[in-house]
Amino acid sequence: MYGLKQDWALAPKKRHFVLEDYEGAVPRWCPGCGDLAVLTAVQRLARDEQLIPEKTAVISGIGCSSRFPHYMKTYGFHGLHGRCLPVACGVRSRRPDLHVFAITGDGDCTAIGAGHWIHAIRYNMKMTVLLFDNNIYGLTKMQTSPTTPKDHFSNTHPRGALLSPLRPLGVTVGITNASFVAQTIDWNPAHVYATIKRAFHHEGLSFVRILQRCPHYMSTNWDPLQQNPERLSLLKHPKGIVIDEPVARVFKNHVDHDPTDLGAAHYMADTLDTVPIGLLYLNENAERYDLNAAAGLGMSAEDKLEALNRELDRFET
Amino acid sequence: MEDASSARGKTDKKVVSSSKPQSKTTDSGVKVVHQHVVEFVCDSGEGAQTAGQMFGSMSARAGNGVWTVEIIPAEIEPPHRSKAGASGNRIRVGTKEITNAGDEADIVIAFNEQVLYSRIDVGALRKGTIIFLESKWRDDPLETVRAEYLEAFEDFQKRGYDVRETPMEVECLRYIADPRRGKNMWALGMLCAIYCMGLEKAEMEITKKFKRKGQKVIDSNMKLIEAGYAWATKNVPDRFEIPVRPNPQQMVVMNGNTALALGCMAAGMELCSMYPITPATSASHYLSGAFYRVGGFVHQAEDEIASIGFALGASFAGKTPVTITSGPGLSLMTEMLGLAVMTELPLVIVDVQRGGPSTGLPTKVEQGDLLAALYSAFGDAPKIVMAPATIEECLHFMVTARKLAETFRGPVMVLTDANLATGQTPFPRPVPTEEWLSPPLDQSPWPEGKPSYDWDHETGLSQRPIPGQRGGNYVLTGLAHDNNSKVAYESNTNLYAMRARSRKLHTLRKTLKPPKVYGADTGDLLIVGWGSTKGAIEEAVDRVRADGGKVSSTILRFLSPLEPGLGEIFAKFKKVMTIEINYSDDVDDKGIDAGGRRYAQLAMVLRAATLVDVDCWSDVPGSPLPPKTIENVIRRQLKM
Repeated sequence: MYGLKQDWALAPKKRHFVLEDYEGAVPRWCPGCGDLAVLTAVQRLARDEQLIPEKTAVISGIGCSSRFPHYMKTYGFHGLHGRCLPVACGVRSRRPDLHVFAITGDGDCTAIGAGHWIHAIRYNMKMTVLLFDNNIYGLTKMQTSPTTPKDHFSNTHPRGALLSPLRPLGVTVGITNASFVAQTIDWNPAHVYATIKRAFHHEGLSFVRILQRCPHYMSTNWDPLQQNPERLSLLKHPKGIVIDEPVARVFKNHVDHDPTDLGAAHYMADTLDTVPIGLLYLNENAERYDLNAAAGLGMSAEDKLEALNRELDRFET
Repeated sequence: MEDASSARGKTDKKVVSSSKPQSKTTDSGVKVVHQHVVEFVCDSGEGAQTAGQMFGSMSARAGNGVWTVEIIPAEIEPPHRSKAGASGNRIRVGTKEITNAGDEADIVIAFNEQVLYSRIDVGALRKGTIIFLESKWRDDPLETVRAEYLEAFEDFQKRGYDVRETPMEVECLRYIADPRRGKNMWALGMLCAIYCMGLEKAEMEITKKFKRKGQKVIDSNMKLIEAGYAWATKNVPDRFEIPVRPNPQQMVVMNGNTALALGCMAAGMELCSMYPITPATSASHYLSGAFYRVGGFVHQAEDEIASIGFALGASFAGKTPVTITSGPGLSLMTEMLGLAVMTELPLVIVDVQRGGPSTGLPTKVEQGDLLAALYSAFGDAPKIVMAPATIEECLHFMVTARKLAETFRGPVMVLTDANLATGQTPFPRPVPTEEWLSPPLDQSPWPEGKPSYDWDHETGLSQRPIPGQRGGNYVLTGLAHDNNSKVAYESNTNLYAMRARSRKLHTLRKTLKPPKVYGADTGDLLIVGWGSTKGAIEEAVDRVRADGGKVSSTILRFLSPLEPGLGEIFAKFKKVMTIEINYSDDVDDKGIDAGGRRYAQLAMVLRAATLVDVDCWSDVPGSPLPPKTIENVIRRQLKM
């Protein structure tokens, strides 16, 4: 097709989107912030899937990662701390035609928004949820988060975090009706992209925890994993995150893991031996609340009025 | 504004009766009355609510004005024969439209003597109230029960009630094996005789009520009604007639919560996102079933924060939703409420007020949330606040609220209360039209170059982009933002955006009419009220005016923005005072210095807005203010 003018083609695509079509404001994250890699992956995904920008809604809470919608050129909702998921569910409820991404952080999701986390997972409404987990509060300047490692120094725990960190994957896999739970690392863009793409195509709520670097307040946190890839386990399965062989070679441990095996998923999510990377849990038969929430969509005004009058009949004296 | 000191008298239970005769007796011994209050009280499960509703329904169908309110125990299965377990119905029937639950009962039917004490405690009975009291307890096998009964029986007589021992159980046993299921119908039959209602009306009602249960059930119920009717014809000398005024209009009858739910649907709202809370929940009970038929969905969220968050998500996506809650839920919602104001998302929030603060009086009425509705979201969060004053308005205000939310691009709060929520009264059947429904989702391309907050300098209004509108892409944010929704911390931008959001209230205010004055538009005293007290206030004003008192009243429907012209209206009266169901300091309390007096909530708002020395009388009895209480307040003010 090289050299062929677009309007000469038989079925010209009216709109073709390039990366710039998804690029909003210039990111103001710190240099070296892991969020940048994820942003790039989502923009690439949007381009590759040719998502219509105005049919795409990116919802977030509050925190560093929640600035994400500003950097996309789609519709966005930068709401309240902890409340990303209820808002995203509301967007989805009456608009099955939209692509919904929900962006949340370890504070936003696993602390202030923990109640919503449980219920959004259970509702299993079709959307892609990305948990940016840098193990620290960044925007408010270095306070302990639920996932901060024990003994780690922060402004709220000057003698180190008092408790062992919460394990978000274990919690998520344990929620009834969870349907897609994956983990990836921001320093492997190919794996990030493959994971988000797989998540995007999941029919239900896909939950992706991204181990994410904070150069300012958690600069050495993931060093052991980066320096010693043997601490990572790459989960392999035809139904899982499928990546190219050269990418897979970076990982020293390859583990065959059937994501539809809930018991195995529980083990993978809670094991402290290695950090699992890939799809931990998949249930393609989970119930979908969004299919219920869309009840009555598209009913005509005429039908509505008729039904309404039948309701009024019930109350006649 | 002299003599604010006599404004109060919470402890003064003295009853001032109207000087005009309320009834006359015809030659046939039938006493013609223009209104009567009847109560059914029993243990829960004995069917008094069913019988009470049927009596109300029959009266309404005949063309009477009716107001019924349920008497509900706090527990699901309270102990039998206890004050706490009183269950039943109060039915006020009149010739004219009935707008409130009225004063003390004229007739009470009680299935045991103990439940009556709960009604005595709340002042529901007066000297001379006729009590038809189940007499079987006199011969109960348990001595304690017999003793309780006799003690209460004597006590009732001492209190001056007209107690008629009635063998309901004995009579019912002649027809059925278990009188606990049927005594209510027998009592209904008795009322039919006393109120000169033909049995054919009862038969129609029974047929309608038990149509699905089959002819056998209809027949056995009818037999009991006939028996009660026959017994009363023989044994009860009193006959009352409440004349009807034929009303050609088709009427519907429901409580305020059902009216809210129908209003949501009539407004074309398709999503109600809520969390269960008394006394708001029953609105969503009806709605969740009706939405299957009318097209929509009730989302029961994990908490109130999620319920309003879910609603705002849906609103952002283009569908104006409703959330229905009560005080504690409203408190949880306030951060989201601020977000809705800041980001200009249309949303209807209904607060069915209950007694507060905190868990307070969950099932009881109060008008204590006005200031919370106006100010609970921190920072400057201007929003529209309206209060329906009747059950009919509960329906129609939802249609208005949805339109206002969309036109003025922001949240609209609708304040009702437990009195409206549980009261039932007939009103003209609404005729919904397509204009009432929300318009289809706008998915047309967004005008090029048009900002996402294209604030009009004069009105503050702007059109909002909806996901799916090409070129309208924007990032909604709770951060301070410019007209393109870009985060902006500059003081000028912040100021301009705040001005625009505030300006919208003025724009709405310009479209409002001054409130109507009930009674003459000049006089000695103007009572200002809001919400469910309207009926009782106007009835009290009528009674005092009938005696020559120069009192008028006005009811505000818009609390934010306030309706215009208040200053001019107030200037024509020597004194202005609000009557409200919320807490205020008693001006006669020696511990209160005049400068520090805490006024009732509307009074506080009106004093600030008009600079008129608006006085107030308010109380928090946990029950609706009866007209007589308000009448007494007015008479004291007018020194009548």
